[in-house]
Amino acid sequence: MAFPGLLNYWFVVILMMIGFFIVIAHGNLVKKIVGLNVFQISVFLFYITMGKVDGGSAPILAEGIEVYSNPLPHVLILTAIVVGVATTALGLALVVRINESYGTIEEDEIGAMEDDA
Amino acid sequence: MLALLVVTVIAAVRSTDLFAAAILFGIYSFLTAILFMDLDAVDVAFTEAAVGAGVSTVLLLSTLRLTGRYEQRHKHSPALPLVVVGLTGAALVYGMTDAPDFGDPEAPAHTHVAKRYIEDGPRETGVPNMVTGVLASYRGYDTLGEVFVVFTAGLAVMMLLGTRVRGGRSSGREAIGDLLVLRVVGKVLIAFVMLFGLYVQFHGDYGAGGGFQAGVIFATALIVYDLVFGEADARRVMPHIWTERLIAIGILIYLGVGVAGMLLGGPFLDYSKLATDPVKGEHLGILLVEFGIGVAVFGAVMSIFNAFSGLRLPSEGGRDDV
Repeated sequence: MAFPGLLNYWFVVILMMIGFFIVIAHGNLVKKIVGLNVFQISVFLFYITMGKVDGGSAPILAEGIEVYSNPLPHVLILTAIVVGVATTALGLALVVRINESYGTIEEDEIGAMEDDA
Repeated sequence: MLALLVVTVIAAVRSTDLFAAAILFGIYSFLTAILFMDLDAVDVAFTEAAVGAGVSTVLLLSTLRLTGRYEQRHKHSPALPLVVVGLTGAALVYGMTDAPDFGDPEAPAHTHVAKRYIEDGPRETGVPNMVTGVLASYRGYDTLGEVFVVFTAGLAVMMLLGTRVRGGRSSGREAIGDLLVLRVVGKVLIAFVMLFGLYVQFHGDYGAGGGFQAGVIFATALIVYDLVFGEADARRVMPHIWTERLIAIGILIYLGVGVAGMLLGGPFLDYSKLATDPVKGEHLGILLVEFGIGVAVFGAVMSIFNAFSGLRLPSEGGRDDV
């Protein structure tokens, strides 16, 4: 590989931190969920990066291919993606209910309403 | 490629239009899928493209329809979060200095069980796609647990949002518009998407694919149908009560295969007894389990979509329950 060996990991950290930033700095609940998803995908990327082997091929048995990438991270992440969308849906469902009870999905406004009550 | 990802995400952060943020998130997912492809993870790329870029975006948009499109500018300064994020990031980068180089075949991740999956997997399971083999056979328990998580999440969403339109008066949301071009293209496209879903389901043992992807792809076909032809028509094709039952049916297929192996004298989720030849039995077991996963995931995605799209805005007549 032409670029430094850890470059991929650094990008994973950058993406992860952007996701983290969205979660803690934004008050909008939908935006927070987008942030969580950004964070989540960066973790997926991290695993898949670990599974890559130089000169390897996709882990499907074929004639004349000797080196395969590691199938284990693929399996873990494959299921994690589907579980991820299911939990995202759950989070969004909660946001919808919060919007029904408070009429807003801004964290500050909800907090203010709670204080008044 | 990675830089492109970062740019997309930063654009998503800056936009206060949540609609744009949702679409940018879809683009981000799709870019990651391409990146996974490049890193040899074809199955994962497949799933990410179908789930992240497809279903997640649809769900985000349905939420926005119910909650409003614009984010408020927040009042407090972003300085403190930036410091926290910077420190965490620095700590992570510092922790990574010892990590093995990218693509190093001697990295610890490749020297334990992975070796056996690659060397013996296809021979022991009769399935050339090692990802499918590991997923359904070696890590069968794990996958079963994950299907249960999907099941539980689907259930929780339905409990939070309610499962069907109450009162029976409403015939459901209308189609997005009576556009001829949508109907014609939709009709042609849906057939192919479904066919492709079936191919992915039953060819997952030889090529990229499997139950998780097929379930999502199949659900996408019906979601498109729902959007183009309206909810009433879609419900005639696939009654809601059935999408809910399908989640349970899928899990029961999975468990049933496990119990069948047990009745034939093997441990739970050991497929080698399902046929006279152990390898054939493994292969058969993997196919059946993948089918169960496909059915369960399809049911879950459809039910979640139905729960979201079944809700009415107050301006549209309000919800009938609550």
